Amino acid sequence: MLEIKNLVVQIEDKRILNGLDLTVNNGEVAAIMGPNGSGKSTLSYVIAGKEDYEVLDGEILLDGQNLLEMEPDQRAAAGVFLAFQYPLEIPGVASMTFLKAAINAQRKARGEGELTTPDFIKRVNAAAGQLEIPKDMLKRALNVGFSGGEKKRMEILQMALLQPTFCILDETDSGLDIDALRIVSEGVNALRSADRSFLVITHYQRLLNHIVPDTVHVMSSGRIVKSGGKELALELEANGYADYRESEAA
Amino acid sequence: MPAVQETIDQVRSIDVDQYKYGFETEVEMEKAPKGLSEDVIRFISAKKGEPEWMLQWRLDAYKRWLTMKEPNWARVSYDKIRYNDIYYYAAPKNNPAPKSLDEVDPEILKTYEKLGIPLREQEILAGVEPRNRVAVDAVFDSVSVATTFKEELKKAGVIFMPISEAIREYPDLVRQYLGSVVPVTDNFFATLNSAVFTDGSFVYVPPGVRCPMELSTYFRINEKNTGQFERTLIIADKGSYVSYLEGCTAPKRDENQLHAAVVELVALDDAEIKYSTVQNWYPGDAEGRGGIYNFVTKRGDCRGRNSVITWTQVETGSAITWKYPSCILRGDNSRGEFYSIAVSNGMQQVDSGTKMIHLGKNTTSRIISKGIAAGKSENTYRGLVSAHRKATGARNFTNCDSLLIGNQCGAHTVPYIESKNASAVFEHEATTSKISEDQMFYCLQRGLSEEEATALIVNGFVKDVLQQLPMEFAVEAQKLISISLEGSVG
Ligand SMILES: Nc1ncnc2c1ncn2[C@@H]1O[C@H](COP(=O)(O)OP(=O)(O)OP(=O)(O)O)[C@@H](O)[C@H]1O
Ligand SMILES: [Mg+2]
Repeated sequence: MLEIKNLVVQIEDKRILNGLDLTVNNGEVAAIMGPNGSGKSTLSYVIAGKEDYEVLDGEILLDGQNLLEMEPDQRAAAGVFLAFQYPLEIPGVASMTFLKAAINAQRKARGEGELTTPDFIKRVNAAAGQLEIPKDMLKRALNVGFSGGEKKRMEILQMALLQPTFCILDETDSGLDIDALRIVSEGVNALRSADRSFLVITHYQRLLNHIVPDTVHVMSSGRIVKSGGKELALELEANGYADYRESEAA
Repeated sequence: MPAVQETIDQVRSIDVDQYKYGFETEVEMEKAPKGLSEDVIRFISAKKGEPEWMLQWRLDAYKRWLTMKEPNWARVSYDKIRYNDIYYYAAPKNNPAPKSLDEVDPEILKTYEKLGIPLREQEILAGVEPRNRVAVDAVFDSVSVATTFKEELKKAGVIFMPISEAIREYPDLVRQYLGSVVPVTDNFFATLNSAVFTDGSFVYVPPGVRCPMELSTYFRINEKNTGQFERTLIIADKGSYVSYLEGCTAPKRDENQLHAAVVELVALDDAEIKYSTVQNWYPGDAEGRGGIYNFVTKRGDCRGRNSVITWTQVETGSAITWKYPSCILRGDNSRGEFYSIAVSNGMQQVDSGTKMIHLGKNTTSRIISKGIAAGKSENTYRGLVSAHRKATGARNFTNCDSLLIGNQCGAHTVPYIESKNASAVFEHEATTSKISEDQMFYCLQRGLSEEEATALIVNGFVKDVLQQLPMEFAVEAQKLISISLEGSVG
């Protein structure tokens, strides 16, 4: 379970999150929607532990552990995964090499032994097959020269292999074609389970048609301003954010 | 990549600022009187039992050297070297020229064991594929203390021995080629070397022979205040092939020590020489105290048609590196290659690169240089590509990339291009990058530690060059690079 209480965050003297509260239960898929610049990516970075963000107040607990006291790699080992809105390129490092290094680093942090190479390859092949990622892509340097959609698929592949307990998907649907959207969504749905929760950041209902959320939250000016069930997303799709912007101004 | 993990473990297992090869060996040494004079040169020549022509050659070089000035164009600064405070010859007192391993001082054998250099052929043979065998010439200060697989190589017609022995046993061959690539008068440090060189390896591969194993020389500076002046000469006769690797280490000391080597390669028609270096001389401490001054002249002459010379270097050590392994592309259709990884950390200063001199028709060259600067180090690539009037169809491709770790270090690229032939095509690419915070965060988010992430990104950066090294050395080099960068993050 992820609990965020009264989170206040600034960057370079600019307040971005203003007392944000959010709870995501185990097994829950929570969607976050909100206008550009409302702080959605910032929230995901702060959960994952990116430097530069100054947390002025509040707390973030994952299954009772205080994430704000942990380094980003420790948070990853504790189960936090962020599928980036803009995945980074790592020149010269084959995707396979990167995956193996990441898996083994997390296993080590949890006191588990390294995966054997055959075991690793079996897992990668299975996950890549499901996401329809061609094998030769895995031999190429991570994300270098990948298309926008390929990068997003690679993020989900990493998620599938790392088996995190709290997954943040930051606009994973942007850049995906119609078929890829379906394939990726199926990949995510396959990972849904009672002990894994998701925070799905998106602008569009079409993703939520595939990954049906349990809850939908509206974010505006660094706060959750409305929460509801999956029908809230449909309402937003029809009416836009005008109401919530007003409520901010008021 | 298991090597990455090993690297990390190794990095963790050593203290900050801990140079793993920094130990000293206790053996009684015989030295020439301190300083440089005609008498000292006569002493060295006599110790080596050299013929008169060799002594004359040295004395001529010395006279010339006295008229020369130390070059100062490189981007390095260091305290003045006092040439008269150096010992120019130091050899184990007890049997400086052992005939077999049994005669070698056990302390010295232990040294090589500690360094992981196999000197016992039986041990090398045990359980290893024959094609992975490596013949070793081990040079300890001024003398070669052991050379392995000599007999087996001889059967293939390959001569592999200390150069001091070759001067006595194959004077005609040595005389024909010595100084034919790097003339005695070439530059201050090469001329000094010509006067006082002590040991190094000699290789001759006869026509049509593919050398049956890797050859390597392992240089160890041990004695205090002693310079090492290695001289290596490799000749690949028509249609032959040889791959050669050199490695270097030295104890940790507060004083600087001078290493001024000359390496000459000659490739005749259709011959190929691969020359790889893993240079890990003591780099000095975090404050810049101590470390080796590495002033080296390495040049290969593609004398014959279709000949190929490849230089691959992994440079992680030395306080100062001044080194430009070059190719003279004399034969038509000959090819020169230079692959380099130069890592600098702490207060190290590196000024290194290559020269590709295109003289023959349709000659090609390729330069891939990766500079990694961390700490407060300065890392310069300096290169020259030139085409002579007759070098019709000459082609060069140069790629120089620099990676900066932290913001107190510097990377510089100084490429010179000269073309006197309109048909020559020279391409040059250069980039300078940093490990970005976003890249680092991405890796951390996946669970990698900062050290692991740096090692991974750096390994990716140098991959093109590591691939050029013989397999076993590539793994070694990869470890070395990460160890050298230890303490540069966090
Ligand atoms: N380093 C920074 N310096 C200053 N402002 C920043 C910085 N990073 C983010 N911001 C600002 O913080 C606000 C929130 O940005 P964020 O990326 O979290 O928005 P978002 O909700 O993810 O938007 P989008 O829907 O466009 O992805 C924006 O106004 C952005 O310009
Ligand atoms: Mg965003």
